[in-house]
Amino acid sequence: MRFVFKTDYDQDIRILKHSGYWWSYGVLLAVLVAAPFLLGSYLQSQLVFVFIYAIVGVALMILTGFTGQASLGHAAFLAIGAYTAGFLQSLGVPFIVYFPVAAILTGVVGALVGFPALRLQGIYLVIATIAFAFIVEEVLARWETVTHGNEGMRVRTLDLVGIPVPRDSEAFYFLCLLVLVGTILLALNLLRSPTGRAFVAIRDSETAGKSMGIDLAAYKVKSFAISAAITGMAGVLFAHKMTFISPEMFTLLLSIEFIMVIIIGGAFGVHGAILGAIFMVMVDPFLTALKDDVPVLAASVASSFGMAQDAATQLQEKLSKIGSAAGLKGAIYGLIIMMFILFEPYGLYGRWLKVKLFFQLFPLYKRATFKRQKTYVKSERNR
Amino acid sequence: MLDFIQQLVSGIALGCVYGLIALGFVLIYKATEVVNFAQGDLMMLGGFFVFTFIGLMGLDYWLGFLFAVCGMAVFGMATERILVRPILGYPQFSIVMATIGLGYFLRSIAGMIWGTDDLRIETPFSAGVLKIGNLVLAHDKLSVIVATVILCAALYAFFNYTRMGTAMRATSENMLAAYYMGIPVKRVVSLIWAISAAVAACAGVLLAPITFIHSNVGLVLGLKAFPAAVLGGFGSIPGALVGGLIIGVIESLAGFYLPQGWKDIAPYVVLLVVLVVRPHGLFGPSMRKKV
Repeated sequence: MRFVFKTDYDQDIRILKHSGYWWSYGVLLAVLVAAPFLLGSYLQSQLVFVFIYAIVGVALMILTGFTGQASLGHAAFLAIGAYTAGFLQSLGVPFIVYFPVAAILTGVVGALVGFPALRLQGIYLVIATIAFAFIVEEVLARWETVTHGNEGMRVRTLDLVGIPVPRDSEAFYFLCLLVLVGTILLALNLLRSPTGRAFVAIRDSETAGKSMGIDLAAYKVKSFAISAAITGMAGVLFAHKMTFISPEMFTLLLSIEFIMVIIIGGAFGVHGAILGAIFMVMVDPFLTALKDDVPVLAASVASSFGMAQDAATQLQEKLSKIGSAAGLKGAIYGLIIMMFILFEPYGLYGRWLKVKLFFQLFPLYKRATFKRQKTYVKSERNR
Repeated sequence: MLDFIQQLVSGIALGCVYGLIALGFVLIYKATEVVNFAQGDLMMLGGFFVFTFIGLMGLDYWLGFLFAVCGMAVFGMATERILVRPILGYPQFSIVMATIGLGYFLRSIAGMIWGTDDLRIETPFSAGVLKIGNLVLAHDKLSVIVATVILCAALYAFFNYTRMGTAMRATSENMLAAYYMGIPVKRVVSLIWAISAAVAACAGVLLAPITFIHSNVGLVLGLKAFPAAVLGGFGSIPGALVGGLIIGVIESLAGFYLPQGWKDIAPYVVLLVVLVVRPHGLFGPSMRKKV
């Protein structure tokens, strides 16, 4: 355990607190830079999805984790970014122009969504963002001159100042990594600026924030706009990764996946968004692998415990039948959400902090450190 | 003119469907300030229960109806016990996410157990229409309208005139104070989930001849019932009915008079407008800020 002896106020808000941070994040970055040369193309492609989900996760973290405004409409922001990219590209606009344009446009739309949010709290805001997402989905399906409606839209290969960057290339991987690192730095810098402090104040108590002179309206709109703009950038990358976009890719279920990213990761730090993104993207191939291996494994375990051979084979068949049933994935997603909320409300990052603290304080760790305070429900209607 | 009235009537029938589902949202919200995103899926499950009792076990319609409603009430209680009670008192958003997870789970499990085809059952309302002049109203829709009105009236009376109803309102105002007054808060919350699931089961059974029974019916209708509940002011029982009617009529008229595509988003446009102009809805209590 290392104590940083602070001699300067700036040390309080440093992103890299001491030399250990340089080492650990430097190694992580080096591993990520080396990854495409070491991993197969499948894992590299999964990593690109992790980056894209992580960008959206960071965006959502700014809005939900730090400003306390829940949103179930981020799939719509992603869609706006993706479609802006697709449409402008088809007009022949270069990437360096349409990438920022998509971010700005999505940011403006996000600010517009933020305005109703000024009067809404908690659950009403969630419902408003759902309504917004539905309207966007329907507009995408109907505005055929721009979006090609339900047929979907083909997105051509990304063209970076004359160099083609195909979706599976290492260059695309590095582009996504660059955007992710940029987003994280932006988020961290934002959070140590007065704006970020105001966001956190709004989350903790609107009334207290207001009485400290924070303009609630301006900061809520800002938070929505920033979050939406980052999601819009992720949308551009998403469009190029998928190479084909259609309205049914951006449904409520995708928004729920994004919310899952920050809930599973832990909705109180940028680390959480990254861990959540890794979990959400990797759970799918992991389940696929389990589907093939578990029945065989279960059967061999059963037969080694003295079960008759044909009974073991039957067990294996039954398990693989359950494994291949349609909709199993949805059930497991549902279970994962419920389990995390019931048993690990601080998410994966919270678990990591607990483990770290356990070793730092050994043998003085006490579980009550992380016990949450229960606040009994008082009517929000008269709040 | 006749077109207009016919659209109005079918809008009212549709609105009662939304109202019936919104009633479930409102009940849970009224007593515990929790919004149950799985309400539509509870309705879907009610439909599957009644299919099991009537379609597979061959029971009489009314007996199957009764069993399904009782079964769902027990299911609602179990859900409350397992999922909601441990996180009661934590931020509202985590409960919302838990119910979203529950909805996901129920949809998939129902699809795995009962398959993904449209199922249908024989009901006394399946055939037959009511004719008033040139107006036509199918019996299945009529049954929904009648049931919604009866349930609304009964629950309104329950909340306003019985001891238990008063206890529920007190619980929603301030849980801790309700504890101090000797109200069995845990039992109250349990009971409200049971009632809400039972109402959802009624909706599922009555909708079975109209929408058929399949695992995604709850998601679609549940999300349409949200605007209804918000419009009526989350937490008001007559509001759920009126909100449902307004949304239903708007959707029906938008489908008839406006270009294609408006039908599906009209409820959400209305919802956004209501949220901006009057966030507490038509019947909701006005909000005051206290520190």
